[in-house]
Amino acid sequence: MSEHQAAGRYVGQSVRRREDLRLITGNGRYVEDVAWPGTLHVAFLRSPVARGKIAQLDVSAAQALDGVIAVYTGKDLNYEVKSWWQTMIGPDAPQPPRRLLAEDDVRWTGEALAMVIATSRYVAEDGVDLIDVDFDTEQAVLTERLGFDGVAADTENLVHPEWGSNVAASLPAGNPLMPESNPALEEIFASAAHVVTETFNQHRYICVPMESRGIIASWDPYREMLEIVAATQSAHEIRSAAGRMLGLNENKIHAVAEDVGGGFGQKMYPTAEELAVIVVTYKLSRPVRWIEDRNENLLAGGHARREDMKLTMATDSSGKILGVKAHHREDVGSFPLPSVGSNASLSAVLLPGPYDFNQYFFSGQAVFTNTNGKCAYRGPWMMESVAREQMVDVVAAEIGMDPLEFRRRNIIQPDQLPYTTATGLVYESVTPHDTLEQAAEMIGYDAFRIEQAAARENGRLLGIGLSMYIEASPGFGILGAEQVNVRVDYGGTVLASTGTGSHGQSVETTIAQVVAENLGVDFADVKLVQGDTATSPFGSGTGGSRTASVFGGAAKEAALLLKQKVLLVAAEMLEADPSDLEMDLGVVSVAGNPEAKVTLEQVAAMAYAGAMMLPEGMEPGLDVTFRIRAPLFMYSNATHAAIVEIDPASGAVKVLRYVVSEDCGNMINPMVVEGQIAGGVVQGIGGVFYENFVYDTDGNPLTTTFLDYLLPTASEVPIIEYGHVITPSPTPGGFKPMGEGGAICSPAALINAVRDALTPFGAKVNSQPLGPQQVVDLMEGN
Amino acid sequence: MSEHVVELTVNGQTHLAKVEGRKTLADLLREDCRLTGTHLGCEHGVCGACTVIVDGAAVRSCLMLAVQADGSEVTTIEGIAPGNGELSSVQQAFRECHGLQCGFCTPGFIVSIESFLDANPHPSQEEILENISGNLCRCTGYQGIIKAVSLAIELRDKAAAPPELVDDGGVVRGAV
Ligand code: FES
Ligand code: FES
Repeated sequence: MSEHQAAGRYVGQSVRRREDLRLITGNGRYVEDVAWPGTLHVAFLRSPVARGKIAQLDVSAAQALDGVIAVYTGKDLNYEVKSWWQTMIGPDAPQPPRRLLAEDDVRWTGEALAMVIATSRYVAEDGVDLIDVDFDTEQAVLTERLGFDGVAADTENLVHPEWGSNVAASLPAGNPLMPESNPALEEIFASAAHVVTETFNQHRYICVPMESRGIIASWDPYREMLEIVAATQSAHEIRSAAGRMLGLNENKIHAVAEDVGGGFGQKMYPTAEELAVIVVTYKLSRPVRWIEDRNENLLAGGHARREDMKLTMATDSSGKILGVKAHHREDVGSFPLPSVGSNASLSAVLLPGPYDFNQYFFSGQAVFTNTNGKCAYRGPWMMESVAREQMVDVVAAEIGMDPLEFRRRNIIQPDQLPYTTATGLVYESVTPHDTLEQAAEMIGYDAFRIEQAAARENGRLLGIGLSMYIEASPGFGILGAEQVNVRVDYGGTVLASTGTGSHGQSVETTIAQVVAENLGVDFADVKLVQGDTATSPFGSGTGGSRTASVFGGAAKEAALLLKQKVLLVAAEMLEADPSDLEMDLGVVSVAGNPEAKVTLEQVAAMAYAGAMMLPEGMEPGLDVTFRIRAPLFMYSNATHAAIVEIDPASGAVKVLRYVVSEDCGNMINPMVVEGQIAGGVVQGIGGVFYENFVYDTDGNPLTTTFLDYLLPTASEVPIIEYGHVITPSPTPGGFKPMGEGGAICSPAALINAVRDALTPFGAKVNSQPLGPQQVVDLMEGN
Repeated sequence: MSEHVVELTVNGQTHLAKVEGRKTLADLLREDCRLTGTHLGCEHGVCGACTVIVDGAAVRSCLMLAVQADGSEVTTIEGIAPGNGELSSVQQAFRECHGLQCGFCTPGFIVSIESFLDANPHPSQEEILENISGNLCRCTGYQGIIKAVSLAIELRDKAAAPPELVDDGGVVRGAV
C-alpha cells in the first residue's frame, strides 16, 4: 500500500544527473553521430502539392548521377510491406491506407514520393533535384477551407478513397460503454439556472524536438541480422514494426536508441520514412541512414493540436456544476499515428478532470484532411483540459463569480475520496483542493485582484488565469505491464535494465536512484541500461508519463526482491538469521553486531561461484525481474496560475508570473520533476502565444523554418515557481505520472489570464495563437 | 564538384581536409574531424545548436562554409573545458542547475555562453536573456539554463577549482 516516503538517501533527492557528463562535454551519441563504414545516405523527394495524381515521375537523371546508388519510388517499395500497425493499438484497429512512398497520387504537401540513396546527403539531395515530376493537381480537402463539418460532409473529394469517407473516427461509436445520448443531462439543460454553450478552438502546433527524426539501419544477410539505431522513444516498438513490415522474426532484429534529442510523442511510433529506410537496407544489404532536416521535420514530422471543442455546462443558481456536454472535432491529417490519430476517446473519459458533477455526454468526430498526419504530442488528449478550464472561466463570468471561487465550489473535496467520476474513473489519492489553495496562495490571488483593479485605473491590462487538471497515464494493452530487471554481477555492482526510452527524462538517473535506495547500495554502483532490444527486457518505451510511475514502481519491487535474495545468501555466510540482516551502501551486517558483515561483492561471489554451499533449493545467482501491472489509469493533479500583462498599444502579452502547484506523489528527484514541469509549461507558452503551423487554403505549408514557426526563447519565459503537494499513489513507490501535465494544463491558464486581462473589452478569447495582432484585434472587437 | 584543401586548428589540433566548396563548417567538424558534439538543429541559422568559436567569435557553423574557416582556430564543445578531465564553468553550472534534459541543444548553449562571458564577465540579467535567446531549447523551458548562467558567473569569479568528473550521486539540493 501507499506510504508517504520520507526523502531517503537517494529517492526524494535532487541527485545530479547521470546523463549530464557526456552531454555537456559533447560526448553524447545521437543517431546522427553513429557512423558505420560504407553507409549510404537518403534524401526524399516530397510532394509540393497537397492532393493530386502523379502524372509523371522520371527518376532516370537522378539514377545516372555520379554517387547515386539507387532511386526508389512507391511501386519499388510499397509492396514489401507485409503488415503495419502499432503495438499499443493492436493489429485490428483501423489504419489509414498506409504506404511508404506515395504511389499514383499524393495526399499531402510533403508526402515522400521518391527516395534517393547516395554516397552522401549532399549527393542524395542533388539526385532529388534531378527527378522529373508532374502532377494533375486536385482541390485539397482541408479544414482550413471547408471547416471540420465541411470536410466530414464532403463525399466527393476523399482524402483516402479506399476509406470511403473523410470521417476518420467518431464517438459515440456504438460502444456499449458509451451511451448514444443522455436524456437526464438534457433535462438538466432544460431547467438549470445557468446553461452556457461555448466553442474553444485550438490551432496546429507541434512537437519540434531539437533533434529531428533519424535512423541508421543495416541488414546483414549472412548473420541474418537487421541492426537499427533510431531516434526513438521505444526501441522495442521500432523492432516490432520492422519485423511486421518485413515479415522478419523479431529475434533477427536489434534496435537501439542511443541518446535521443527530445521527442514529446513524435518519436513514439515509427513513421513511413524510417520504415522506408529499413526496407532499403533490406534490399541493398548495406547500411543506410536518413537524418531528417529541420524543414522536413516541421513539414512532415507529425502534427498536432488542430481541434476544437464545444461545451455546454449547466449550473444551479449557486454556481454548482450540474452537467457537461462536449462535442470534439479533430483534424488528423492524412496518415496519422497511431491508428487513425483520434484522441477523442481519452478526452472523453478524462474531461471531468477534478470537478464534481455526474451528468455528462461526449461526442466527437475526427476527419482526414490533405495535411500532414497527426502524431502524439505531450498529452495528446489535452483538449479536454484546454476547453474545460476555459469553460469554467466563461461560466464563472456568466454567473458573476470569481473563477477561483467557482473552482472552490466545484472541485472534488478531500472527503469525497475515493471518487468515481461521471465517466467511471476512480480517484483514490488526488488533491485538487490542496493544489488549488497552494497555487492561489503562492500567486497571491486576492492581493492580485486589488492590484489589477488599480492597474486598470491606470490603463494597464493585467490578468490572472487558473487551470486545473488530473493527469492520467493509461495502463491498458501493452501499457498495462512493464518489467525491470535488476542483477548484481560477480563484481558486486548492480545493473538494472528496462524497456524505457529516455529522450530527456533523466531515466538513467531516476531509476538508478530507486534501485540504489531500495536495494541498499551506493548510487554510483547502479547502472541502468535501456533502449536496446538486446539488453533491455521488453517494454513499451517512454511516453504517456509512465516511466517514473510504472517502471519506477517495478524498479522498487525488483530491488526489494533482490535485496531479500542478497540477505538470504549473506545469512548463510554470516550464519545469521536473514531477518537480523540489513544492507546499507552495499554492506550487509547483522543488527546489533556491526563487526559481522559481508560486502555485496562477497555475497555475489558466493551466489555465483559458491553454489555448492548454498542451501538446497536456493537458486544460485543474484538476478531478479519484476513485472508490474499498471492500474488502468494512474493520476496526478495540479493547479497552474499565470499572471500576464498586455501592452495596450502593441497587443504583446508578457507572462509576469507562473505558479505550478503539483501533486505527483513521492518524487524520485525533485529537480527532474521541476524540469519536466518547466519544459511542458513553456511548450504551452509557445503554443498559446507564438507557435502556429499554417497551411493556406490550397494546403501549402507556410511555416517550415524556424523563422516562420516561432519557438519561445529565454526572453519569453517567466521564472516558474513550484509548489509541491505530496500524496503518494497506492502503487509501489507512491510515484504518480507527471511528464505531460505541464503542456496539458498551461494553455488554459495562459488563455484564461489573457481573457481576464481583456475583460474590459468584452472580448471572446476562444482561439489562439494570441500573438500581438490577434490581441489587438480582440481589443478592437474584430 | 571541385574540392578544396582546408587547414584549420580545432581544439588545438591541426586538421587537413579536402572538401567541396559547399560543405559547411559544421559538416567538416562532424564528418571529417569526427567531432560530433556540434549539433545541427536547423541548418538555417536560428537554433544555435551548431555554435562554435572561430578565431575568438561565436559563429553558427551551419552557416559558415568549411572553406571560409581555412586557416582559422576553432573551438568546439569538445575543447571548451580548460583541460582534460575538467569541466568549464558553464559546463559545471549546466550540470548543477539542470540546464539540460535531452542535451541536444546543450553544446550550442555552452559554447555561446562561454564566449559571451569571456567578452562580458558581468552581464546584466537583460544581457543574459538576450544572449541565450539566440539559442533554442525545447526541453528545459530555459529555467535551468538561465540559472546556470548566473552560477557560471559566480564560478568564474571564484575561479573555482575544476570539479572532479565523478558520478557520486551527489545531491544538488535537498529534498522538497
Ligand atoms: S543548426 Fe546552425 S543555427 Fe541551427
Ligand atoms: S535539452 Fe533538449 S533541446 Fe535543450
